[in-house]
Amino acid sequence: MLNIVVCIKQVPMVTELPWNEKTGTLRRDLAAGMMNPACKHAVEAALRIKADGGAKITVVTMGPPAAEEVLREALAMGADRGILVCDRLLAGSDTYATSFVLGRAIGREVPGCDLILCGAYTSDSETAQVGPQLAEELDLPAVAYAERLEISGRTLRVRRLVDKFRETLEMEFPALVTVSMEQYKPRYASFAGLNRAFAEADILSVNLKRLDITPAELAAHGSRTKVRRVFIRKTQKENVLITGAAANAAAEFLDKYQRKISAVIGKSIEAKKQT
Amino acid sequence: MTGKRKSIWVFGDYRNYYQNRVTLQLLSKAVDLSRLLDAEVCAVVVGHDLEEWIMEYTAHGADRILAVDHPSLTSYSTEHYLILMEKLVRERDPDILLIGATDFGREFAPRLAKRLHTGLSADCVGLDLTPDGLLVQIAPSFGGNMLAEIVTEKHRPQMATVRPGTFREIPHNNERTAVVERLPLPAQLPPARVRQIQYERAVQREHTIENANVIVCGGRGLGNKNNFRKLDDLAKLLGGDVGATRPVVYAGWAGHDVLIGQAGKHIKPKILFSFGISGAIQHTAGLGEADFIVAVNKNPQATMMRMADVAVVADAADWLNHLVKELRRRIRE
Repeated sequence: MLNIVVCIKQVPMVTELPWNEKTGTLRRDLAAGMMNPACKHAVEAALRIKADGGAKITVVTMGPPAAEEVLREALAMGADRGILVCDRLLAGSDTYATSFVLGRAIGREVPGCDLILCGAYTSDSETAQVGPQLAEELDLPAVAYAERLEISGRTLRVRRLVDKFRETLEMEFPALVTVSMEQYKPRYASFAGLNRAFAEADILSVNLKRLDITPAELAAHGSRTKVRRVFIRKTQKENVLITGAAANAAAEFLDKYQRKISAVIGKSIEAKKQT
Repeated sequence: MTGKRKSIWVFGDYRNYYQNRVTLQLLSKAVDLSRLLDAEVCAVVVGHDLEEWIMEYTAHGADRILAVDHPSLTSYSTEHYLILMEKLVRERDPDILLIGATDFGREFAPRLAKRLHTGLSADCVGLDLTPDGLLVQIAPSFGGNMLAEIVTEKHRPQMATVRPGTFREIPHNNERTAVVERLPLPAQLPPARVRQIQYERAVQREHTIENANVIVCGGRGLGNKNNFRKLDDLAKLLGGDVGATRPVVYAGWAGHDVLIGQAGKHIKPKILFSFGISGAIQHTAGLGEADFIVAVNKNPQATMMRMADVAVVADAADWLNHLVKELRRRIRE
């Protein structure tokens, strides 16, 4: 039976993301969390594999204690086991540090893992880097943006569309794949499943000590990048206001911007001069 | 000697037109940065039959070109490119390495950065320098509504993938010259663990809503499906595409394939018309860097109106009708 790990992430619901407009700082602590959409597709891909030929699915997340919720949601969808990698020292890790810690956690807690699935990107930082870097950390062959997975024996066949090329690739287990959102539309967790996952299922919580990562080791494998500041994108727009009767306003608008528009669309919309 | 001259590298991604363009755009930015840092601009290109690219990169600003040309490199292989790039970077120690944020670049760069034990920022929409010459990598966060300034303080090279279209390429100049170093393939290139079974250009049209120059987008403020349909007329007149917000897609006025926003398509048109859209963050997250935004809304305070270059205070459906009529008249004239 295949031993599958799905790495998932809790992200803030962007719609409810509260931030302070003046300082441009995020109030992550106030934001409601959800499972990152692409991660859900990865969980779904694992569940399809399980349905086809049997698999044990372990979902792993790194985050604050509250991130346990997304593990339980994945369990409710049909995953078998949840691991929360949680330690205060991991706050603010970049993808370099995250892939190091996830790699250690998977190596320790899910030995003999055949396949690691990740969402192709997250909706919060959208770096799409953790999957490929985790593959590098564990020295695994990997393919990003997978749309379809097919397994025969120990061979994994992946189909994907990248840079307008359609590719079919193959590799042997153990391997890592990041799953795009094109296919594998995630199922809904049933209410009963959610109840069970929240009431009964045990989540294994591991900290750095359990993973034998010393502060010195963490520092050596720690974040390479530093965020100097985060700010709201300022629009440097002229913001011309046009008011008045719609008919006149349309003509006025076109008179004012006809050259700009003509240049972009490649045909003239300039009004002929009245003679 | 005060030590060797700094070097800014651009990875030559060339597999299709779009990938080639972002490489040229990065060369242009590298030239800007090189003046401030007194660095040389170096393009690295890996593959087979590379003369076309060597000439192209020379004409677009490279001072030096490192070319690894071999028949075994005919198709893109992340694994082989990793081995070659790791070796080159370790030998020559560039200060900055820029890679286009194409699908390939965003799969390749993270692995390379990890292998080199350095930092990487993703899909940057701006690059700058600190007073001490550190590369400031401006990367979108939270669906593009926030920007983060990221630096790699201690590790080298400072790596970033950069969103296509962020910089303007320097015009082609045949007079330019560059030092071209043709490097041999290391003898011990192992067989790739990921095997390419099939590989073909996708048959879909090259034109997609993501690369459309003009997009006319409609929201609930258009009132009903019939009014929304008029966007088709405007799109046709302007040679553009129609986009929609989520409420409109839910209401069945438009298909999910034209949904613009966090859960849909990410667009970067030269001109965006926005009719009856308030500008909820789920929608604006998909707007990227629209050059010129025209918003029409009854409410001048709507977010979309404040984001616009031209904000038309009017009933969206009404103004759309008049605009279509006026455009028809002008085009027919």
